[in-house]
Amino acid sequence: MTSTAQQVGLVARRSLKRTLRQPALIVPTIVFPLFLVAINSSGLNSATKIPGFPTDSYLEFAITVPFIQGAIFAAITAGTELATDVESGFLNRLQLTPLGRTSILFGQLAGATAVALLGALTYLVVGLAAGVTIHAGVLGTVVLVLYAVFAAVAFSGVGAVLGARTGSPEAVQGAFPLIFVFFFLSSMNLPRNLIDVGWFRTVATWNPISYLIEGLRSLIITGWDVTALARGLAVATAVLVLSFWAANRALATRMERT
Amino acid sequence: MDNGIVVEGLVREYKGGIRAVDGIDLEVAPGEIYGFLGPNGAGKSTTTHVLTTLLPPTAGRARVGGFDVAHQGAEVRRRIGAALQEAALDAFLTGREHMDLQAGLHGLSKAERARRGAALLERVGLTEAADRKVGGYSGGMKRRLDLALALVHEPAILFLDEPTTGLDPQSRSALWDEVGRLAREDGVTVFLTTQYLEEADVLAGRVGIIDRGHLVAEGTPDELKREIGGNSVEAVPANPDECGRAAEALVRFGEPAAHSTKGAAVRLRDGAEQLPEIVRALDDAGVRLAHLQLHTPSLDDVFLAKTGRSLEGAGEREGAEDADRDPEPVAA
Repeated sequence: MTSTAQQVGLVARRSLKRTLRQPALIVPTIVFPLFLVAINSSGLNSATKIPGFPTDSYLEFAITVPFIQGAIFAAITAGTELATDVESGFLNRLQLTPLGRTSILFGQLAGATAVALLGALTYLVVGLAAGVTIHAGVLGTVVLVLYAVFAAVAFSGVGAVLGARTGSPEAVQGAFPLIFVFFFLSSMNLPRNLIDVGWFRTVATWNPISYLIEGLRSLIITGWDVTALARGLAVATAVLVLSFWAANRALATRMERT
Repeated sequence: MDNGIVVEGLVREYKGGIRAVDGIDLEVAPGEIYGFLGPNGAGKSTTTHVLTTLLPPTAGRARVGGFDVAHQGAEVRRRIGAALQEAALDAFLTGREHMDLQAGLHGLSKAERARRGAALLERVGLTEAADRKVGGYSGGMKRRLDLALALVHEPAILFLDEPTTGLDPQSRSALWDEVGRLAREDGVTVFLTTQYLEEADVLAGRVGIIDRGHLVAEGTPDELKREIGGNSVEAVPANPDECGRAAEALVRFGEPAAHSTKGAAVRLRDGAEQLPEIVRALDDAGVRLAHLQLHTPSLDDVFLAKTGRSLEGAGEREGAEDADRDPEPVAA
């Protein structure tokens, strides 16, 4: 009998292989956030002159964005991959083995997590090459990457809910703009205290994505800000717990096996 | 250990009250190839999904390999292999990687996985293609890989859901050979759903015919054909105006049969030895023949006799087709 860890390992290896063999899935998800940060950091650089802006380099402020965008892309990748397995019948193939439901769920997310790690390392290298200084030092850099991957795992659970519930890769991708709206309605481009429009500042304050961004950002522009980090990690943990609970339920409904 | 299948009053209902399977009873003996024949939407795939534990039954009982499909799913899955209608393969993995994954999930050790995978790939003729991605495989290669995957844990009972749909005649024949060998030499029980009459005729020891969720006939192909009568003869006159005379001449040889559209046909009372007499009778009636053909009964004739419709294309008229292929489940 295969142990749960071995089962997860087998499914994860398959997920990794199929994801890494699809350059069309990886390249845009890594390159697009870099384009966005390049455009924003050149167009919004004058924002650093606003009194109270926390750094004099907009690139240092904005380089956080690709890391969180990578987590959102991980959600789409994980959801699309799971939905493809439902649609193609591959999930039925897995169901006919002694494989447990949780093993399927965790194993299936390996590919999306790998893309997120690859993305995080790319953004880090590009950022450092462009002159970004990580004020939390070497240990902070390691925490930065781990934080980004943790957020990606949490969001891939959201993707898995969509994938398991809809069973349609197109439907998962259709949800992408909606997720992106949440992303833009956050403190992505400006610190919350400098957002001048009242409703926007309120939405950004209630938007959990703001705290994810701010936790990560603190490592780059501040150093060790325990409060910001704890808030960010709390949001990521909450997303992880809720999304995996919901994904497990959605998969249970999808897998009717006796 | 019992490697047979016993089904009693099996019902599977979908959303909206559609009964894709409506009270089926059947038994498959250990080592037997059982052909489950019916048009699209008849309930074949739903029955297979219930028997392989992928769908819970709404009512009735089914035991596979001695275990109840509704309450002992894990035990059933340990004993069965299944190649379902869609050869669900990962286009980005190679054939060997598929074998390794499937064998690993069934608990085989790494060394055993490699040995068994290589042996099965060779058996289905995929050794040379083993390290190519499945996305580049032909339909026949995918079906053969699917069969190899179903056999990786040496199941005692094999479910094949329309395994040759879309295959060229050569691939179809190769798959038939392998399925026949599995039952004959390895004693594997095979539950084979098909919409191809020839496939059921060639492979199956016994055939069950399903239509609109009901089992309408069951027996060996020969028994079923005998049940509906012997051979029939069809006479097509060169001049269509002579059809009536041809029918009059033929009527004393047996019951009129409905399958002729251009002439007259009768189901022969005394068999093929009546042919010379028939030719003389048609000649005496002044019928100039364009075509005279002796028909031996087929499973399509059996289906026609039992349901009043021809099996070929019957599924296209079935409202339940979608229900069988893309089920919307309700609580069972």
